[in-house]
Amino acid sequence: MNFLLGAFKPACNISITFTDGKNRKQVPIKKDNGQIVMNPLFQSQETIAGKIHIDPYQGKKVEHNGVKVELLGQIEMYFDRGNFYDFTSLVRELDVPGEIYERKTYPFEFSSVEMPYETYNGVNVRLRYVLKVTVTRGYAGSIVEYQDFVVRNYVPPPPINNSIKMEVGIEDCLHIEFEYNKSKYHLKDVILGKIYFLLVRIKIKNMDLEIRRRESTGAGANTHVETETLAKFELMDGAPVRGESIPVRVFLTPYDLTPTHTNINNKFSVKYYLNLVLVDEEDRRYFKQQEITLYRLKEETS
Amino acid sequence: MIAEDDEKWLAAANAAVKQNAFYMQRAIDSNNLKDALKFSAQMLSELRTSKLSPHKYYELYMRVFNELGTLEIFFKEETGRGCSIAELYELVQHAGNILPRLYLLCTIGSVYIKSKDVTTTDILKDLVEMCRAVQHPLRGLFLRSYLAQVTRDKLPSIGSELEGDGDAQMNALEFVLQNFTEMNKLWVRMQHQGSSREKEKREKERNELRDLVGKNLHVLSQLEGVDLGIYRDTVLPRILEQVVNCKDELAQCYLMDCIIQVFPDDFHLQTLDVLLGVCPQLQPSVDIKTVLSGLMERLSNYAASSVEALPNFLQVEAFSKFNYAIGKVVEAQVDLPAAGSVTLYLFLLKFTLHVYSDRLDYVDQVLGSCVTQLSATGKLCDDKAAKQIVAFLRAPLEKYNNVVTILKLTNYPRVMEYLDHETNKTMAIIIVQSVLKNNTHISTADEVDALFELAKGLIKDFDGTIDNEIDEEDFQEEQNFVARLVHNLYNDDPEEMSKIIFTVRKHILTGGPKRLPLTIPALVFSALKLIRRLRGGDENPFGDDASATPKRILQLLSETVEALSDVSAPDLALRLYLQCAQAANDCELETVTYEFFTKAYLLYEEEISDSKAQVTALRLIIGTLQRMRVLSVENRDILTHKATGYSARLLRKPDQCRAVYECAHLFWADECENLKDGERVVLCLIRAQRIADAVQNMTNASRGTSSTGSVALYVELLNKYLYFLEKGNTKVTGDTIKSLAELIRSETKKVESGAESFINSTLRYIEFQRQQDGGMSEKYEKIKMEWFE
Repeated sequence: MNFLLGAFKPACNISITFTDGKNRKQVPIKKDNGQIVMNPLFQSQETIAGKIHIDPYQGKKVEHNGVKVELLGQIEMYFDRGNFYDFTSLVRELDVPGEIYERKTYPFEFSSVEMPYETYNGVNVRLRYVLKVTVTRGYAGSIVEYQDFVVRNYVPPPPINNSIKMEVGIEDCLHIEFEYNKSKYHLKDVILGKIYFLLVRIKIKNMDLEIRRRESTGAGANTHVETETLAKFELMDGAPVRGESIPVRVFLTPYDLTPTHTNINNKFSVKYYLNLVLVDEEDRRYFKQQEITLYRLKEETS
Repeated sequence: MIAEDDEKWLAAANAAVKQNAFYMQRAIDSNNLKDALKFSAQMLSELRTSKLSPHKYYELYMRVFNELGTLEIFFKEETGRGCSIAELYELVQHAGNILPRLYLLCTIGSVYIKSKDVTTTDILKDLVEMCRAVQHPLRGLFLRSYLAQVTRDKLPSIGSELEGDGDAQMNALEFVLQNFTEMNKLWVRMQHQGSSREKEKREKERNELRDLVGKNLHVLSQLEGVDLGIYRDTVLPRILEQVVNCKDELAQCYLMDCIIQVFPDDFHLQTLDVLLGVCPQLQPSVDIKTVLSGLMERLSNYAASSVEALPNFLQVEAFSKFNYAIGKVVEAQVDLPAAGSVTLYLFLLKFTLHVYSDRLDYVDQVLGSCVTQLSATGKLCDDKAAKQIVAFLRAPLEKYNNVVTILKLTNYPRVMEYLDHETNKTMAIIIVQSVLKNNTHISTADEVDALFELAKGLIKDFDGTIDNEIDEEDFQEEQNFVARLVHNLYNDDPEEMSKIIFTVRKHILTGGPKRLPLTIPALVFSALKLIRRLRGGDENPFGDDASATPKRILQLLSETVEALSDVSAPDLALRLYLQCAQAANDCELETVTYEFFTKAYLLYEEEISDSKAQVTALRLIIGTLQRMRVLSVENRDILTHKATGYSARLLRKPDQCRAVYECAHLFWADECENLKDGERVVLCLIRAQRIADAVQNMTNASRGTSSTGSVALYVELLNKYLYFLEKGNTKVTGDTIKSLAELIRSETKKVESGAESFINSTLRYIEFQRQQDGGMSEKYEKIKMEWFE
């Protein structure tokens, strides 16, 4: 994969290729400018290896004080723009100071890199992994090239996965009991369940199940909480009578979900909730929110 | 206004459907699954509307339905192109809105079943379960209707290529049953939607949707492999459970009817007690009679169409089950109007007549049940009930076409007791008409007794109710029926016949003054007929103590006719007396004959005062008396004398004259030698002529009025003379005749008599007789007149 990054610098062209770049799975990542690009996918403990090509432009030579490649894991808070926090930083020196006249290739390898956190693109926070190549120069400014890559970590199915079952209601008005088959879902999972109507005295128009993401960033007084509704899935149309049970079946595949992240490096958390909403004919909303845990299950096929 | 909006919304929805369908089609053409799903979901979203009335919604649904057909084919092709159907099945479930999602799911589901990738059962279960999510009655109904529609040709059944095992079949059954149950629930729930003011309208709309629900039952009935056992153990109980539990009048009514119409007859027959057992559990407002009548009608037809089925009817004791069920229904529905319960019994009766036409005891039992029911309600007063009960009583009549059979039904008259007078009469007419129409042979006195008991409404007035509004003509018509009925009663055995007559008499005499004049003649003549028959036999075969002697009967008749004279119908009574006298004469019962004459005379003297009536009566008396042969000379003399006396005392002279010359016949009986008193004949004629003269004088005195009368009288007299001349009365002389002729001629010359043609005919007759050979011309020789020269 040849991504021409930082081509505005006339001095040289730096490109980064991964060893198994042809076969490695690519996943789409949304960039700052809204563009979607495909980036290679890694997981923790993988060896990240490849080659870096430095290609001076025709007839130019690049003088440098050394070439290095860094593997960075960064957390970026948007309200604190530009202030990266690197939780992982590995460096490989590639070259001693000197001059480059022609295309030069440096192989590199970070073996069994510990990458505990997943790449995440949130409302207020971003966690990204990047390879940073720096051609250090004294006065002309260093030439820097970045290559993003994505990290996803797979976990085995949780040993304990209880269903969520709850009875809620408003006295003499509405009593329902709902049940979701699990409390922990993997990202390609299906939520199955049932809603039992024990008492219905209001005229219900419809019932939706919302999947909400709650992202909290910062700590203490500076905590920012952002809640997004990622999915709104209609479960029922019309008014049920007492004794009805309405099936729930929500496929998670179509939604852009991430695993639940708890207190990532003390910087941020991402939690998911199922919000059951009943709307009556006067458009009043009755809802009950339940947290679910999302995790990434190793896909059998890949 | 609302209808207009309706139209507008429908048009808008239709347009949207059309547009999305177009895009969908385009996506399909370019094999773009994602877009096809997207646009189909958008198209289906139009069905989410709440604005349309069921009718309009149906139109919209049909439009969408047609488009979904294309989609189904597309799905099928898509699976052929390697897209896993399971994936598709999941994919359609990503749709955010429930209604489009479920429509798509049903569509793909039907393809899934066909593909044989999975067990049909699982898919069916899933579909029917998922459809629960639409709780809106109208939308839910249509969704489930769609489900039923797309799966119906794919349900597994015996021999089906999909899955042949019994489990799958039961599951298919379960699927349809469940879908039916849910649909019915939704349908029933519709009535609670919206304001109570529009209830009526809503019920109407609901009624329009009922076939959506009923279709499920149809599918069930078409489902292969549903045999009697499954039907009895699974299908029917499940359906009925739903029917009972929904507690909705409209639904119960419709579904019961549906069950009855959709499933085969022999199923019904074998599950009769189950089906009937449900009836009392239905809502009180349900029109059970329609339901039951439908069932009975069906079974009746079944029995009629296949003879082999009949033993089954006996085997399952269909009758007693129906009878019991109806009893239960009537019991359970306390406020069932009389008309309703009678209708029920009517249908039971019809059923019984159809199926068990030879079981009179059953028929009687139905009647008995009806009596029990009626005894609770008392006399029937409302028109509807009366109409029903008439139909009820009419049914066996029409079936058997024989009143005698009806008479064997002991409960029949008991039912009639509960009719009001009007209805009772109507019924009586029907019964009598049936006898007349079918020429039913009623031949025993007991039957006759029973029959008249039934026809009481015609025979007599009811206590205290004298209807003044009765149309005279109708009344006569009715009584004519009775009279005709009397004539219809006949038995070859005179003994029995006389008993019949006695019975009839007993009943008829209760009829009251208005009826007697119309009915008694029939009785009298019927009796006279019998007398004539008795006389025809050589001798009385019964001995004297038998009732069927002419004397006894005549005695009876005498009393009967007397009843008539009491009710101011003397003319009629007189005639009947004379008829009786004739019969008595024929039987050579002198005293009886004399007795009758006495009575007739008395009547004449006491009751008949109108002069015209007198004339007629007198003529009858003379005519009858003339023919009497059994009377002794004295008795005859007395009677003759009296008659002549009456004649002379008539009011109008011409009447007098005529009566007197008629009396001449009393002294001359052709075939009886000792009854030829020529002299007295002539005396009579002379007296008559004298009266005629008086008439002549009177007319001359008051000239100008009617002068023809007297001439005519003379001519009539002339004819009488000629008659006796011909008969050989020697006292009639040529001179007398000649002088009379002379008189006529002179009178005719004086005035226009108007009797010329009569005279001429008479003269021609004389001329003719004279020219005959033999004795006749001889007799006429004497009256040679110059008139003829």
